[in-house]
Amino acid sequence: MSHQIPADDWFKAPSGGERLWIGLALAWCLILTLMMPYWHFKGKQNSTGEAYRVAPADFAERVNRFVAANTVGEDKGVAVVAPPPGTDVYLQAQMWRWYPVLKLKRNQTYRVHISSLDLNHGFSLQPLNMNFQVIPGYDHVLTLTPTSSGDFSIICNEFCGIGHHLMAGKIIVED
Amino acid sequence: MTTTTANDMGAPAAADEAPGFRQGNHQGAVRACDTTGLPVCLTAQLFIKLNAVLAVVFLLVGGVAALLVALTRWPSVHLLSAEWYYRTLTLHGLNMLIFWIIFMEIGILYFVGTTLLNSRLGSKALAWVSLVLMLAGALIVNATVLIGKADVLMTSYVPIQAHWAFYLGVILFAVGALVGVINFFVTLYIARRDRTYVGSVPLVVFGATAAAIIATVTLLHGAVVMIPTFTWAVGWTDQPDAAWYRLVWWGLGHQSQQINVCAMVSVWYLMGTLTTGSKPLNQAVCRGAFVLYILFINLASAHHLLVDPGVSAGWKIWNTSYAMYLAVAASMIHGFTVPASVEVAMRRKGFNKGLFGWLFAAPWGNPGFSAFFFSLVIFGFLGGITGVTLGTQQINIIAHNTLRIPGHFHTTVVGGTSLAFMGLAYYVVPLVFQKEYPAKALARIQPFIFAAGITIMAVAMSLAGSAGVPRRHWDIEFTGAQFSAGFDASAHLMMGFVGIGGTVAFTGLLIFLLLTVWAVFLGRSNAGKPMEQWAANAATVIQREHLTDHDEHKTPGTMVLVLLLLASFAVYYFANWKALADAWHVR
Ligand code: HEM
Ligand SMILES: [Cu+2]
Ligand SMILES: [Cu+2]
Repeated sequence: MSHQIPADDWFKAPSGGERLWIGLALAWCLILTLMMPYWHFKGKQNSTGEAYRVAPADFAERVNRFVAANTVGEDKGVAVVAPPPGTDVYLQAQMWRWYPVLKLKRNQTYRVHISSLDLNHGFSLQPLNMNFQVIPGYDHVLTLTPTSSGDFSIICNEFCGIGHHLMAGKIIVED
Repeated sequence: MTTTTANDMGAPAAADEAPGFRQGNHQGAVRACDTTGLPVCLTAQLFIKLNAVLAVVFLLVGGVAALLVALTRWPSVHLLSAEWYYRTLTLHGLNMLIFWIIFMEIGILYFVGTTLLNSRLGSKALAWVSLVLMLAGALIVNATVLIGKADVLMTSYVPIQAHWAFYLGVILFAVGALVGVINFFVTLYIARRDRTYVGSVPLVVFGATAAAIIATVTLLHGAVVMIPTFTWAVGWTDQPDAAWYRLVWWGLGHQSQQINVCAMVSVWYLMGTLTTGSKPLNQAVCRGAFVLYILFINLASAHHLLVDPGVSAGWKIWNTSYAMYLAVAASMIHGFTVPASVEVAMRRKGFNKGLFGWLFAAPWGNPGFSAFFFSLVIFGFLGGITGVTLGTQQINIIAHNTLRIPGHFHTTVVGGTSLAFMGLAYYVVPLVFQKEYPAKALARIQPFIFAAGITIMAVAMSLAGSAGVPRRHWDIEFTGAQFSAGFDASAHLMMGFVGIGGTVAFTGLLIFLLLTVWAVFLGRSNAGKPMEQWAANAATVIQREHLTDHDEHKTPGTMVLVLLLLASFAVYYFANWKALADAWHVR
């Protein structure tokens, strides 16, 4: 019984079905373990966590310089910024907006720097459902290649205060 | 109730080195259980009762909050205002995940440390200190949240800041829990020292000890993260680093889930024995699996940080794999040994027909059994599979902070741990409180209602989350947001099912609460006689003669079940890799 002191000879090697299952479980866990390094080298979607310390004020400054250099228009009063492919792109999270609107080219690669000026925010790209954490003080760099075109929204999925559910931004991808 | 000392119980003295209790060595006031004959330390009994009652009170608070939150996320109901939604969600997380679960676990530690080892409780003073600190902490936290000074959600990620009283409450609660855990270790020590038993500790005690070891590590992490946050909130020190906070907070937050798993598995073994007379097939395997939990729990709590900046891919992969997968193996092993032991017990009673005759004949009318078995199935098939998949480093990209996450843990800590604890209550109240449950018919169907509701809600959450619906979010229509955003009709439909499933689960919870409170305070006493059996058929046997050995270890039904589990696991896991492959390229 599981609630009683066992007889002295309780130490036995597993046998029968139990042994078979332990073998299967360990084999499956090995597959689980190997899948991650495999995808790290062969897969196209990885979170490497590349990040640099940055003071929020410095980050805001980089964002402003980036916007000033690459603005191509305006959408609902927000700058629409079209950076050249292959360059650094900045996206600022702040209670409760994403700034600016990005205009990217399909199948081109960008280094997207994301940081927050205040609290934690959650970068959540919809409807693709790709999600990354945004932490104040850290410049989170995503080396991103859009593989589909159209309008995408960025919502916030880390609680960031009472206006959290109002935080929505935009990424436009052109062919 | 008659109080006797252990010496009076007249058990025949065993040969000196034979494993078993040494009745005369029990140092405290004790009564013999009228049903099982086990020794119940009266001091421990008092604190088991107090902890269990408080656990149930906080379950009620958390439950009401759960209903309100679920009804808010149901788009066509959308009950609470934004402010009250976030506030109520904060309340729900804390009262459920911290207060209900941990009060219950301290009670369980006191029970297994004393009754199953024929020991007295380590220290009455420590038990009081623990209880008062935990209660004070829980009250302070609830008050601070309710007056609107801590709208920070359970995780309170800095730099979001609550009133300092909130952190103080959390610290008091954690210290109280730690004192309770220490009291358990003192109990183990005293039992050894006084030789209240000879031999190896029972499996259930072994599992509870694993939980207690993990709890100690966890609560220390809690202190490391909460103390500087508290001093920051008071204004004495600078703000802790936001990424550091997340790392250490999850050292507390994730490992505490491993406590819940350990405690739940121990309860599974106990309930299997209490409701079907099952006995572990191989103690070495079961114990080895508990050791894996202790060794390979995720010290770095990495799988909450899989898409965080500042922690490298190598670190994420290493911590996820070494730490998680041997603990996963442990859960898979328990997932086999627990139903297999029930299968063997049932087959020996003659329910030998076909693959699953033993399962159909199981005492489904016994809420202790049904709660335990649903807990096993929900935890294994839904909780385990989703947990491992979501916690895979890269797959987390398409899951982080979406509703897939609460969808996962409502099948582990709710459909798994909480439901198992409810099953336990159906025995704790008659055996420890010595009170009979009223309306037994209602109690019999309660686990079915709760399990169904949680399953509907959790599956709907998972599906909505797969469509991108965020957790902790008041308005998925984004009314008034600068840019339009939102989700398609099927996601809205799923959110409707979140509301419906949540309401059903709440109904199940409420039945449990009402019956339990009724039983405890107004129930008929059964002192002096055995508890009324939940199921009359032969399936319920509490004391059985020592079973003979390994001759009948044939468990074909369980084998089929676990192979089905493995197949579902593989399908779900690789389907997620497939979905990930469709996302944009990112490094
Ligand atoms: C009647 C039973 C329950 C229902 C209907 C329910 C429902 C919910 C809902 C709807 C959410 C909100 C998800 C969101 O909007 O992000 C939630 C969150 C949560 N629930 Fe439950 N729940 C129940 C029981 C429990 C129990 C027993 C526990 C723990 C033991 C628990 C732990 C949590 C936690 C930790 C969260 C996350 C809070 C946060 O995001 O800060 N729930 N639950
Ligand atoms: Cu935000
Ligand atoms: Cu937010």
